[in-house]
Amino acid sequence: MSLFAAASPTSTWYLVLAAVLFGIGTVGVLVRRNPLVMFMCIELMLNAVNLSFVALAKRLGDIGGQTTVFFVMVVAAAEVVVGLGIIVSIMRKRPGATADDITALKG
Amino acid sequence: MELVVFVLAAAMVLVGALGVILRSNPVHAALSLVLTLFGVAVMFVAQEAHFLAAVQVIVYAGAIVVLFLFVIMLLGVDRSEDIRIEPFKVQRPLAVIVGLGVISLVVASIVAARDAIGSGGAIDTPAATGDGDSNIRQIAESVFGDYVVAFEVTSILLVVAVVGTVMLTRRVKSGKDNS
Repeated sequence: MSLFAAASPTSTWYLVLAAVLFGIGTVGVLVRRNPLVMFMCIELMLNAVNLSFVALAKRLGDIGGQTTVFFVMVVAAAEVVVGLGIIVSIMRKRPGATADDITALKG
Repeated sequence: MELVVFVLAAAMVLVGALGVILRSNPVHAALSLVLTLFGVAVMFVAQEAHFLAAVQVIVYAGAIVVLFLFVIMLLGVDRSEDIRIEPFKVQRPLAVIVGLGVISLVVASIVAARDAIGSGGAIDTPAATGDGDSNIRQIAESVFGDYVVAFEVTSILLVVAVVGTVMLTRRVKSGKDNS
């Protein structure tokens, strides 16, 4: 149990937590049917990756990891805007649609 | 002390994440997402990424989740969906197996790479990351120095996203208004 022997958390702890968070997000995307909740699960996965980037930036003493997280956040914001726009335009045509109802790309 | 912070933040992150995928009401899921995002922000502070922690709270918890809540309320999907209905019988066990497989594979690779990333002891304070406001200075030098081209491309991305969203959600007026 050398993982728990250290008194202060090492970067391995953060990486393991990020892996668990990513796995939870994966299960959410696979299980949930509401497209909005699926989007939230994608945000969970993005946050897990951000957390591992920051942990490794701290560990390796390289600021580039934090810069990457900055760009990931910007791209995530753009992705949410476009995705929610698509969801709004879908829901306007057929209210209460789940991910099963929109398997075909044509409107 | 660091251990207490880590345990509390990890509890926030995991409880929030489980809330996102288990709560049947989308509004509750969005509020659980806020809990997770705050936990991740606490972890950013614990790892001396102060600027990213502030951006995390402002952009994620302040903007993205509010956008989610706006869309949920706007579309009127804030009813609880019955998540006990399972259209495909094998889907949930398979999803849990896939999730556990992803977690165990990544954890195995992390443990295998512990020597490479050198996490034998406690986190020492690397001189390059620094502390306090020098973190912001270093990110600024990195973003506006080495990655300035990516930064400019990001602005193009944001403009494209905004224009594309306006085009996507625009109601096409039929008839006489469309002159």
